[in-house]
Amino acid sequence: MTDIGWWGVPLAVLGGAIRVSTPFLLVSLGECITEKSGRINLGLEGILVMGAMSGYAVSYLSGNPWLGVLAAACAGLALGLLHGTLCNLPRVNDIAVGIGIMLFGTGLAFYFGKPYVQPQAPMLPSIPLGAWSDSPQIQAVLQIPPLLVIGVVLAFALDWAFRNTRWGLVVRMVGDSADAARAMGYPVNVVRTLCTGAGGLLAGIGGAFLSLYYPGSWSEGLSSGQGLMAVALVIFARWQPVHCVYAALLFGGAGAVGPALQSVGITSGYYLFSAAPYVLTLGIMIAASSPRRTLAGAPGELSIVR
Amino acid sequence: MADDSRIEGRRRVLRAALATGALATIPGLIPRALAQSKLVIGVIYVGPKDDYGYNQAQAQAAAVIRKMPGVTVIEQEKVAETMDVQKVMASMIEQDGATLIFPTSFGYFDPHVLRVAEKYPKVRFAHCGGLWTKGKHPANTGSYFGYIDECQYLDGVVAGMTSKTKKLGFIAAKPIPQVLRNINAFTMGARSVDPSVTTRLIFTGDWSLPVKEAEAANTLIDQGVDVVTCHVDSPKVIVEAAERRGVYVCGYHASQATLAPKGYLTGAEWNWVTPYTEHVKAAQSGQPMNNFLRGGLKEGFVKTSPYGKSSSEAARKKADAVKGEMTKGGYAIFKGPLKDNTGKTVIATGSAHQQTDPVLEQMNYLVDGVIGKI
Amino acid sequence: MLLFGVFVAAVGKDPLEVYQLIYAGGFGSGFAWQNTLSRAAPLILTALCVALPAQAGTMVIGAEGAVVLGGLAAAVTGYAVGDASPLVVKLAMAAAGMLIGGLWIAAAGALRQYRGVNETISSLLLTYIAIALFNHLVEGPLRDPASLNKPSTPPIGSANMLGALPGLDVHWGLGLGAIFCIATYVLIYHTTWGFAIRVAGGNARAARLVGLSVDRLVIAAFFLGGAAAGLAGMIEVAAVHGSANASLIAGYGYAGILVAFIARHNPLAILPVAVLVGGISASGGMLQRRLDMPDATVLVFQGLAFLTILASEALYGRLKLFGHGARA
Repeated sequence: MTDIGWWGVPLAVLGGAIRVSTPFLLVSLGECITEKSGRINLGLEGILVMGAMSGYAVSYLSGNPWLGVLAAACAGLALGLLHGTLCNLPRVNDIAVGIGIMLFGTGLAFYFGKPYVQPQAPMLPSIPLGAWSDSPQIQAVLQIPPLLVIGVVLAFALDWAFRNTRWGLVVRMVGDSADAARAMGYPVNVVRTLCTGAGGLLAGIGGAFLSLYYPGSWSEGLSSGQGLMAVALVIFARWQPVHCVYAALLFGGAGAVGPALQSVGITSGYYLFSAAPYVLTLGIMIAASSPRRTLAGAPGELSIVR
Repeated sequence: MADDSRIEGRRRVLRAALATGALATIPGLIPRALAQSKLVIGVIYVGPKDDYGYNQAQAQAAAVIRKMPGVTVIEQEKVAETMDVQKVMASMIEQDGATLIFPTSFGYFDPHVLRVAEKYPKVRFAHCGGLWTKGKHPANTGSYFGYIDECQYLDGVVAGMTSKTKKLGFIAAKPIPQVLRNINAFTMGARSVDPSVTTRLIFTGDWSLPVKEAEAANTLIDQGVDVVTCHVDSPKVIVEAAERRGVYVCGYHASQATLAPKGYLTGAEWNWVTPYTEHVKAAQSGQPMNNFLRGGLKEGFVKTSPYGKSSSEAARKKADAVKGEMTKGGYAIFKGPLKDNTGKTVIATGSAHQQTDPVLEQMNYLVDGVIGKI
Repeated sequence: MLLFGVFVAAVGKDPLEVYQLIYAGGFGSGFAWQNTLSRAAPLILTALCVALPAQAGTMVIGAEGAVVLGGLAAAVTGYAVGDASPLVVKLAMAAAGMLIGGLWIAAAGALRQYRGVNETISSLLLTYIAIALFNHLVEGPLRDPASLNKPSTPPIGSANMLGALPGLDVHWGLGLGAIFCIATYVLIYHTTWGFAIRVAGGNARAARLVGLSVDRLVIAAFFLGGAAAGLAGMIEVAAVHGSANASLIAGYGYAGILVAFIARHNPLAILPVAVLVGGISASGGMLQRRLDMPDATVLVFQGLAFLTILASEALYGRLKLFGHGARA
């Protein structure tokens, strides 16, 4: 193995971006759909953990990691629909329900996840894009997870769909002005429930990535707040699916800066490095907002921007 | 105000205990201790007890003493180092009749165990990791710990003989003495067989951060590290990441050999059965508790994982030779002249710290050969 | 409740026994009550950090950040003025904790009023930043070299610790929380200022029309909420730990959100709700020790109960018990 020294830092950040960003991307795309329809789901953290657990469990029991992904998606869909349905009731606050879902999802996952901490489940494969290089470091960095590819393709597809399909227009209209949508005869609550369900589905898959690809095992400390972070990430990305890709890569890379610098001997302030993405998001929110108007691109019905 | 209210508080506790007794009339709520005159032992974990690491090592010992005659074990996991643990200890005593408690996390000791121990002078508290001091801490508390740095030193010997790049990686949670001692022992073990070896160090900042641990392992391997070890609560993720990248790994806390059939060299493991059994036996026979219980390989408090198939014959022989010295007794890992990695002399020529020396439990330096700062 | 019974039955335990244990563990004896009340104490204050800004029509979920930084400020102050008389030290600690906690949350309020930054997200981000800052300071510049394996700030000294409430094994945090709740209730419902905050929360435009300075009112409500959470941090330091260390990051801020919502942001209702939530977590231990049920059982129970309460409010109208609509 050749010595790469300081080159290791940018390489590690790139590798970290590729390895760590996928759950951010999937969860934020899910949240993006939900928020476009005018709801916010803070429960994605719980859904993510539930997805991680069910994905791992099914992969272990069936021997097929893709069945695990499917199970995680179903679990996420169910919890998402639960959130959507509860929020349809009058006088129910979507943020409060989100916190309830967060507790319930993590509780269920921890409860049923106990037997699966020990065994090793089959993992998802990766796509080796780095085969052209002799450097084992570059080969390792360019192990592309298939779910990342799916996420990126999905981001572009969603971006196109929001602009060009009837379905996308309906979701946006429901999110921007429920009254207008109702006047046109669209069932606002049904659309929002489905969008929250779709958001849950993607968050569940994001969880399966954590347990079945990277770091690739199930434990109760698996998620360190990726689900909650994704909510901030959507704002960071200004509700644009394609921007979610960049934002997720940025957040993933930022998480790798701390360990990478330490590996070449800079060890002080690692807590501050890990807070960098939050400071960045807050900074962008401050810079991009103004008291006169809400955030550009924000759905008008969203409780957090009203 | 402190004294009066404390006495009053104790009275209230007594009353509360009576009330609990009254509840015993409801079926299903009979405190176990009242129903059967067994020794009730409470074990408290800071994390999930099946974490492939720190808590699991404790839980394995609890499972062994559970089988001892005349013993009932009650367990509670994921108990925070806050008011939570004080109340859990008190509940085990009041509601379950526990008379011996194993609070297994370092952070439980001061102030939580001390405060509860003062309230319940008849109950024994055997705490893991603390530095029990005569005169300062109550006689019904005690601390047990193992000199696992001996195993780390042996890990280092094997790692130093195995590494081709001469770069080792250590992933640690926080810069605290117990962790620094392991990092130093590992590095010194490696440099005892090859002085050109260095250890790269990454702190993750907390005891269980799987994504960051995996990230740390990957970035170390990118830097050319070919043997990785760690001091975090659950090494599972790191061991798996190393195996996937095709480098060698030494385990920690419990054996992770099955997770890395190709790259597992050996590992440093706890053997808590020894101190647990001693405390239980003392409690059963009514002997005073051993307040400061320590031991290494010789005493059976720690053990090494069986060598993995990728460790060479020469490495095994070398490590076994050092292990033989250690089990004979009197072996000092930390002896002068010893310099830290800034060039300062931390142990003068001619002086040596025996393993039992409390100075070692206050370690605040990284030895020469470790790349990193505290 | 019924739903949880079904869940318990589904995993093969006797629901009745589980409920009996939850009752016994949380409320079934004098000891259980003390256990419950001790756990309720920090939740009361962190719930206020959600409830007060909620009166001004906003949604803050960042109490955790104010708790840890308030606790840190209190610990540092307590150490710095440690030689003064204990009463002075305690007051200085409380003032420092409340000031820092208040400013931290008020920052989210100011960002909302002057920059239009959403306070829910900014308070969440501020929490992450607060925890990073806290860890950095406690393990770096502010670390007591004598705190070996648990990095902490220097101890405030046992003379400066808060004791237990007279006749109880529950520390003063409960008393301070109750006082704070009642004071807040009076402030919100029986003073002009409180009325102004509610008007500003109900309709900012109307409030501006009648000449209220909405910005200042909202930021003041945020400050008070943050001060409550900062006080919770101070109490954790002064009554439990004796110094600031990572154990302060115990999730009280998040549990407070739950309490505030169930109490419908009514400061008086927070008291019984916090006791209820404290009781449920106190009983979690009983379930683990007696029935070998995992600790997550309590999480499932809390999540289900919370969702059920939210849903039932919608179905049956506001709960007459707590709703301020009923009182007006």
